[in-house]
Amino acid sequence: MSLYHLTHLKELEAESIFVIREVAAQFERPVLLFSGGKDSIVLVHLARKAFYPANLPFPLLHIDTGHNFQETLDYRDDLVKKIHAGLIVGSVQESIDLGRVTEETGYYASRNVLQTITLLDTIEKNKFDAAMGGARRDEEKARAKERFFSHRDEFGQWDPKNQRPELWNLFNGKKKMGEHFRIFPISNWTEMDVWQYILMEKIEMPSIYFTHEREVFNRDGVWLANAPFMKLKPTETVEKRTVRCRTIGDITCTGLSLSTADTIEDIIGEIAATRVTERGSRADDKRSDAAMEDRKKEGYF
Amino acid sequence: MNPQDHNETFSSRAYLDMELLRFTTAGSVDDGKSTLIGRLLYDSKSIFEDQLEAVVKASKRKGEDRINLALLTDGLRAEREQGITIDVAYRYFATPKRKFIIADTPGHIQYTRNMVTGASTANAALILIDARHGVIEQTHRHAFIASLLQIPHIIVCINKMDLVDYRESVFLSIRDHFSRFAGKINLRDIRFIPICALHGDNVVDPSANMDWYKEGTLMHLLENLPVENDQNLTDGRFPVQYIIRPEKDSFHDFRGYAGRIAGGVFHPGDQVVVLPSGISTKIRQIETFDGPLQEAFAPMSVILTLEDDIDISRGAMIVPVNNKPCIAQEIRMMICWMNERPLQLDKKYTLLHTTLETKCMIREVRFVVNVNSGMPREESSDVKTNDIASIIIKTARPVFFDPYSKNRITGSVILIDDATNETVAAGMINGNCP
Repeated sequence: MSLYHLTHLKELEAESIFVIREVAAQFERPVLLFSGGKDSIVLVHLARKAFYPANLPFPLLHIDTGHNFQETLDYRDDLVKKIHAGLIVGSVQESIDLGRVTEETGYYASRNVLQTITLLDTIEKNKFDAAMGGARRDEEKARAKERFFSHRDEFGQWDPKNQRPELWNLFNGKKKMGEHFRIFPISNWTEMDVWQYILMEKIEMPSIYFTHEREVFNRDGVWLANAPFMKLKPTETVEKRTVRCRTIGDITCTGLSLSTADTIEDIIGEIAATRVTERGSRADDKRSDAAMEDRKKEGYF
Repeated sequence: MNPQDHNETFSSRAYLDMELLRFTTAGSVDDGKSTLIGRLLYDSKSIFEDQLEAVVKASKRKGEDRINLALLTDGLRAEREQGITIDVAYRYFATPKRKFIIADTPGHIQYTRNMVTGASTANAALILIDARHGVIEQTHRHAFIASLLQIPHIIVCINKMDLVDYRESVFLSIRDHFSRFAGKINLRDIRFIPICALHGDNVVDPSANMDWYKEGTLMHLLENLPVENDQNLTDGRFPVQYIIRPEKDSFHDFRGYAGRIAGGVFHPGDQVVVLPSGISTKIRQIETFDGPLQEAFAPMSVILTLEDDIDISRGAMIVPVNNKPCIAQEIRMMICWMNERPLQLDKKYTLLHTTLETKCMIREVRFVVNVNSGMPREESSDVKTNDIASIIIKTARPVFFDPYSKNRITGSVILIDDATNETVAAGMINGNCP
């Protein structure tokens, strides 16, 4: 192997830093979408590297469904303080109170879809012209067609059949008034890359990624966390189990895995042995074959 | 690959030592391209159970006897319904040696435009040929685009060998035919493999049906292609991307130039020139979040600080004193036109080149290429979607570039139509400095 050679994680890192710096250079009011999940945590870490020794030149934006794990919120507040970043919270509860969206009812009620309206409203209110997210192309088949710089019309919609070609490392962020971009700096990373990078960089993670005891119930083969706003079917019973989160989202749609993994190494071992994609445990993707594509077109993350 | 190897892939020591290989795939309709990609993903255990289950279900729904691996790669609803691929899709898989990124480009709709896009970042191209049909017009087109985009390695997969009774003579005759015309269009490193993607012959495991073929399988080749010389490490090029000035007491006078090294190797103390001003200075330090470096090379993202306080903004380029790029405002290039609105002469476009943005006008269309032969086309010089042409542009500001053949980053541009903001062309700068 030659002396001047980068490992694949270092090459991915260099590419992502380049994309994040392009965002800061090309846009007037960028923002980083932060969910408290591992992908957005890695994105924040890369952004810190991109602008070191300065602080991030953009705030973090968290869309709060009101149904979050408390551990996620604590992690978010600690992180923002530690890195001196700005934080903006878009509240789904507020969207409901203002009558912008209607709360779903029934056993499968989730605020996951409602987030899209809150997100678009927050982007518009703050006049953000670029929103960076931690989505990866390996997550889901509709995302495999996503660009690094993804253009959104004035309604926030994605038109997958009419995307701008993206060549070399030349990114076209030109837009008209009222339009914005979604930007995905870690497009080329896989779930395994993300965890190996977390290990390599020793990035601190929220506690719910590691094994813990929790009140859970089983629905359609997926373990869900019990919470006051979860509506149980008569046949479902709450029990205590040793679990951890493989992805972190809204409580209503985050499947937990039975696991005793309590280090990053354990998690990596578990993922290497797993034969189901991480989104396989997400109730939001199970709605239909094209669930992700439909939500993305409307302006979802 | 056996399960033991699979676990080894993800042991962290091995993982931290893996290389990245990006490749693109080119094939005509029904060459079995999607099947081949499905096979690579499936046999390298990169397909998860839920993905496979979805494909099994879909195959049954369509009344197909065996699992249709092609369904793994169709991402959009319209594609699944119509059984076609619309756009470039990116796929990922890993083996203990390498992580792979596949730019999967469709075989028909907007063919040229999509293959050019996929090829722009590729270290290697897989060109598929149906063993029954041999080298056809599309094969010429794929090979020409691969040479135009200077993809360092070409792997010609002669597929569907089962349908020609695995005969060596068929393989040899296609290989000779391809080599003959490849000699005319400047392809550097070409390999040939007889495969059957449907059954997996010579994809990941050696074929029991073709003992006359002694070279490695496709996976073996992908794992062992030499990629270390694909970057230009000779000519130092640092396009300034972003200026970093922390408003912090501890870094009061810090002024850093952030960017991704586009070529060569840089060290603290190197004598450099800043373009366009032409002022020379020295590199003080190479900074990163993880601490200062004694050396940095392409394609690393770093921050340079300089000995002298010079006015530098985004779009400037820092280069060694004794190794400057070409500097010009009239530039000749090959372009691929990518938009429904045809090329217009003497209209203003925006040019993006590294981190530089400037207005430009297309002054002359020298010729349009027949993409099937690589030769200039005799008829009209209108440049429309999917056309390849040689043009001359005039830019508002000087551009610092290298010929594309020398450096794919400092030799490439895109053109944007100011009326629609769409990317309308991809350009590869030709020849030597004017």
